[in-house]
Amino acid sequence: MNWTVALRILGLLLMMFSLTMAPPVVVSLWFDDQSWLPFVESFVFILLAGTLFWFPVRHKRKDLRLRDGFLVVASFWTVLGTAGALPLWLADVPSMTFTDAVFESMSGLTTTGATVLIGLDALPESILFYRQQLQWFGGMGIIVLAVAVLPMLGVGGMQLMRAETPGPVKDTKLTPRITETAKALWYVYLAFTVFCLLCYWAAGMTFFDALCHSFSTVAIGGFSTHDLSIGYFGSTAIDLVAIVFMILAGVNFSLHFFAWRNVSIGHYRQDPEFRAYIFVLLILSAIVIGSLSLVGTYSDWDDTVINGLFQSVSIATTTGFTTANYAAWPGALPVLLIFASFVGGCAGSTAGGIKVIRWLLIAKQGAREIVRLVHPSAEIPVKLGSSAVPFRVVDAVWGFFSVYIVVFGIMLLAMMTTGLDQVTAFSAVAATLNNLGPGLGEVAAGFMTLTDTAKWIAITGMLLGRLEIFTLLVLITPTFWRH
Amino acid sequence: MKILILGAGQVGSSAAYHLSREEANEVTVVDKRPEVLRELQDRLDIRTVVGHAAYPEVLERAGADDADIIVALTDGDETNMVACQVAYTVFHTPTKIARIRAAEYMNARKLFTQDAIPVDVRISPEQLVCEYIEQLILYPGALQVLDFAEGRVRLVGARADNRGSLVGQKIRALKEHIPNTEGRIAAIYRDGKSLQPDGDTIINDGDEVFFIAARQDVRVFMSEMRKLEDPVRRVVIAGGGNIGVRLALALEQNNQVKIIERNPERARIISEQLNKAIVLVGDAADEELLLEENIDNVDVFCALTNAEEANILSAMLAKRLGAHKVMALINRPSYAELVESGSIDIAISPQQVTIGSLLAHVRRGDVSKVHSLRRGAAEAIEAVAHGDNKESAVVGRRIDELKLPKGTSIVTLVRGDEVIMAHHDTVIETDDHVILFMTDRRKIDKIENLFQVDVSFV
Repeated sequence: MNWTVALRILGLLLMMFSLTMAPPVVVSLWFDDQSWLPFVESFVFILLAGTLFWFPVRHKRKDLRLRDGFLVVASFWTVLGTAGALPLWLADVPSMTFTDAVFESMSGLTTTGATVLIGLDALPESILFYRQQLQWFGGMGIIVLAVAVLPMLGVGGMQLMRAETPGPVKDTKLTPRITETAKALWYVYLAFTVFCLLCYWAAGMTFFDALCHSFSTVAIGGFSTHDLSIGYFGSTAIDLVAIVFMILAGVNFSLHFFAWRNVSIGHYRQDPEFRAYIFVLLILSAIVIGSLSLVGTYSDWDDTVINGLFQSVSIATTTGFTTANYAAWPGALPVLLIFASFVGGCAGSTAGGIKVIRWLLIAKQGAREIVRLVHPSAEIPVKLGSSAVPFRVVDAVWGFFSVYIVVFGIMLLAMMTTGLDQVTAFSAVAATLNNLGPGLGEVAAGFMTLTDTAKWIAITGMLLGRLEIFTLLVLITPTFWRH
Repeated sequence: MKILILGAGQVGSSAAYHLSREEANEVTVVDKRPEVLRELQDRLDIRTVVGHAAYPEVLERAGADDADIIVALTDGDETNMVACQVAYTVFHTPTKIARIRAAEYMNARKLFTQDAIPVDVRISPEQLVCEYIEQLILYPGALQVLDFAEGRVRLVGARADNRGSLVGQKIRALKEHIPNTEGRIAAIYRDGKSLQPDGDTIINDGDEVFFIAARQDVRVFMSEMRKLEDPVRRVVIAGGGNIGVRLALALEQNNQVKIIERNPERARIISEQLNKAIVLVGDAADEELLLEENIDNVDVFCALTNAEEANILSAMLAKRLGAHKVMALINRPSYAELVESGSIDIAISPQQVTIGSLLAHVRRGDVSKVHSLRRGAAEAIEAVAHGDNKESAVVGRRIDELKLPKGTSIVTLVRGDEVIMAHHDTVIETDDHVILFMTDRRKIDKIENLFQVDVSFV
């Protein structure tokens, strides 16, 4: 284990993160909401902590090994969840316990969007902005940002990004240099954010709301500046903008990159994962809209369509914005939507969940078994598009899937032990592990009523979900620490 | 610079390693073996593409459209040539370098032209290694010989011993020992570590000393470091492969050459190619055979078979039986390190020899040569100054006015046929060949920029 190098990078990353306290200070001064002090205090504290890690080992310049990458990423996200909680904890309004502050910050960074705050509309603007900003940095990944702006990470950058990027295949580079790849991803992300901001603004939000919501939309986060989420605006135009950008942000960003560089949308149509993703969204929306209109939840056809579509996209991409109280919808719809969040977005997007590509591979293997029963001696590769998927990837998908289910089961039991009913516990684990946000039952509106223990379980779930379990899990295996 | 490397073999991987370490380069490697590429991508900041190196579709995926240089280093000569053809016809790649092993292709006239097979630079590892060994045999006692400025200046590495007249004295004394020669000690390795030599450094017994001198002065310099050895007369070559035969052909006029080949069929074929050299059928690690052929009188024993382990063992055996100097062809750098300090005098790494010459062709602008010193602790670079005072950042300037990156020093200038040792007040003129030493290879693009002629330069 290469402790010194890991510490050095951890220190640098923390120092870099301390700079993100600056925008909320600007917001605070602009709106004159008297909340700039906690951000300045946090800035100083995080900078000092980073320097403390970095200074003693600043001359150690060994290359980062694969193992160190896991260590750095896992410990950075853990430390960051805590460091990001500082301003919330220090602020007078809202007054939060330490657990609540960490919950809120982790929920932001992992783009979950579950909240323990109520009365958002009355909070200082700087605090609201800060929550959205956490989601924005967590969306594309703060490590990816670090790789883009800290060129000295070199090959190590590859190891770090691999531990942070979601999806079963992590070796695809958009450009020969890892720094350039990270930059390209962030440029695409930034472009989407700006575009989304302009659309929201044009659709009738105030500039501040448009900025804040563009952050949490492209990050597939789900935080809002209002208790009623997107429903607060009551505008079909805004709903449509949100739907479009949630769908776009759930697509693999390398597809966006190729489309942007080649100025063509051919890549989207050829990509099997993208097609499956759109297919899932269409089917889900059709079922939801169909059920709603059959039961007659909404008297108006337009309301049915827009709410059905919005809620399907928002939950299936694991964003977690709401325009309606979907937990009160009839029949199996609430549970169906929670199930949809297990699918999530595409690999390499900002969405959570198990990812479309993994489900696609699992489904194809199911189909293969059926063909095998009919043709016992057939040689049937699992293919994506025109090329066969390597066995290692297929294996890894099953490994991931089984670990996901086991972790889910354990967390469900743990949640129920804290006294939650089964529906609440089930949806709370799904909402955190899939980085979704709102659940059902007690946690339909937020997680404020939960005990501290349950909140810490939820925090663990969010982190596990964002780092796709294995990055954290390897750290607690003896194999990892054995030399 | 965007560089496309085809083939992730030994030379391909180390070319990728050296090139990707320089910040300005973007390297993509193509190979058919995904597991090799995965391992390579774990170590290096490069992009990899799996596929056949000559297929247009694979090249396109690898970014041939905007590549500046394509370097074809796959196992097959034919694949390399076709890949260059495709790059030229389909992607209009400006520079195409290919490794061509077969002498039959290399010697063919009119083959490598733009309207036939458009390979701009052909690299033959066998030929390079052969030339390298020839140089070592020409200067007995030398560990490494590198040519600069078309051979007018040579960089020679030698191990100092007590019988050299400068050993035990300060470098400053060199001027009094040999007043009429031009040369300079560029680097010293003591116990495997590099020293920065200055006038007061004392040369010890056992130091590895690298000096630069005009070609005609190399022998005089060598005598300062160690007792001058007699010219080589008797050479035994183990292994009748391409390198062995080439070397035998080059040496047989002036030396007594024996070549040992295990395969009788192959032995017959090479005996027909050679004129004076004697071909022996047998095992190079056969003690009886070696003794029979008077191994204790042999000046140089070269183990040049394909198997590096066999080369090491047969060279060690020959050394113990009394061969004066033994060389072995060793690919793995770790093996070379192991044996060079002890039982084998010189380990020849075909990889490193090839890389040096390969990288020289990849260089941008006027940096014409980059060679790694033994053990890779420093690089020797040759750059040509062009333009006038207005266009170039070096021409018409004193050496101490140049903005050189840290750890870099200018050692020698070659102006026409004249060799000038650099001092802080030496002024560089146009068309000078400047030879520099640099410890950090990553800064090489700074040197490239420095020597580039820029019309807008003020």
